[in-house]
Amino acid sequence: MSLSVKHLLGIKDLQPQDIETIFRTADNFKEILKRSIKKVPTLRDTTIVNLFYENSTRTRISFELAEKRLSADTINFTASGSSVSKGETLIDTAKNILAMKVDMVVMRHSASGAPHFLSKYIDAAIINAGDGTNEHPTQALLDAYSMREQLGDLKNKKIAIIGDIMHSRVALSNIYCLQKLGAKVLVAGPPTLIPKHIKALGVDVTYHVQEALEWCDVANVLRIQLERQNMPLFSSLREYSLYYGINKKMLDSLQKKIIVMHPGPINRGVEINSDVADSEQSIILDQVENGVATRMAVLYLLAGKKDLE
Amino acid sequence: MKTILNSHQFGIVIERLAHQLVENNLALDNTAIIGIQPRGIALSNRIFDYLTKHLKIKNLSYGKLDITFYRDDFNTSEEMRVPNATEIDFSIEGKTVVLIDDVLFTGRTIRSAMDAILDFGRPAKVELMVLIDRRFSRQLPIQADYVGRSIDSIISQKVKVKWAEQDKKDEVLLIDNE
Repeated sequence: MSLSVKHLLGIKDLQPQDIETIFRTADNFKEILKRSIKKVPTLRDTTIVNLFYENSTRTRISFELAEKRLSADTINFTASGSSVSKGETLIDTAKNILAMKVDMVVMRHSASGAPHFLSKYIDAAIINAGDGTNEHPTQALLDAYSMREQLGDLKNKKIAIIGDIMHSRVALSNIYCLQKLGAKVLVAGPPTLIPKHIKALGVDVTYHVQEALEWCDVANVLRIQLERQNMPLFSSLREYSLYYGINKKMLDSLQKKIIVMHPGPINRGVEINSDVADSEQSIILDQVENGVATRMAVLYLLAGKKDLE
Repeated sequence: MKTILNSHQFGIVIERLAHQLVENNLALDNTAIIGIQPRGIALSNRIFDYLTKHLKIKNLSYGKLDITFYRDDFNTSEEMRVPNATEIDFSIEGKTVVLIDDVLFTGRTIRSAMDAILDFGRPAKVELMVLIDRRFSRQLPIQADYVGRSIDSIISQKVKVKWAEQDKKDEVLLIDNE
């Protein structure tokens, strides 16, 4: 039992059995997190740096907690307030940190491909915690893990990803992950926020949110990423909310009870209304809870590889 | 290859271990038996069945403990071990905990198990039951309280414990590795 990769750069590089291995290991960690002492000594000889070049709440806290639950030593690095503002390059920063005997790097960067680039220059195992608009593999893993907890095997299950597909690394990682697990994926949102050639990934597309909701078992609603949009792609947040936002009335109009997810942070009243986000159909906080166990699984499985290379 | 226990002896040994446990702990009402995953479970299942069905012991707590994340050879072992489920849905606080495994060899598994079990609370006492004790091969100062059979073996030899549930036959073999 071992992963086929040395780094977790994206779900794209994983085999379906890698995802199964991660889920199986996460089950064990989930049990540990329910104990009164939520900690195991497994990674007590491992030092991990969290290299965050972009803002984060959930992912950074979740990773840090996962590392601490595994007894690893952790260092947190955030680009603001560091020597990055003095002009230090990514490779230099990473090499300097690794010179202090750090074993693993958890990295978030606003440039797509930054962790792939770094992996060519350093030996430490790298876990991508989100790179630009490319991938956010641990989010996809915890999303799929949470779906599986609700639905069982995801084979032939219908998952709709709704919202800003264009700028979302969560969307791309989710698509790869769900397809590897045999689920059917539909993306929905305004035409300006759906990449032109997304069908090449084997997903269906609709521009009508109601249609997506009627079709799916799970709706994974994504945040409108205003910070990545450098030109107007829809006229106003109010208009977006009117045409593409999800409210309780829409859910109640369906013949079935679907599961609603959101990777956070939520723009309440834009892509999702509070009456949906806080409803019993929403598993948003389960996702956050499962994030720690899935990240512990990834850290554990990659840390075990370091001496085998 | 040498047979250490045949299926007849095997049954007798398990019954004796169960009786010894009762002799030491009497009513067993403040005792928990805990099998160590994965190889200790077959033995702990047998002991639990015998105690509850034949000796009609009630209120005996039974759990299973996985020690994968407590091992000390995480970075040196050749391949990663598959973790198994830990199922301890009772409090061990103040109880006598009897750890159960199939073979006691270097003592490292038991060391990990003691670390793991202490994360669940503070037992009054921890005891150890094993089917086979490979004497003179310990790397840590650990010994068992209940021993099925003690054997003298050299490091290169292997002890194979077979269980009727999965291997069709109860048997313990000592295998020479060339």
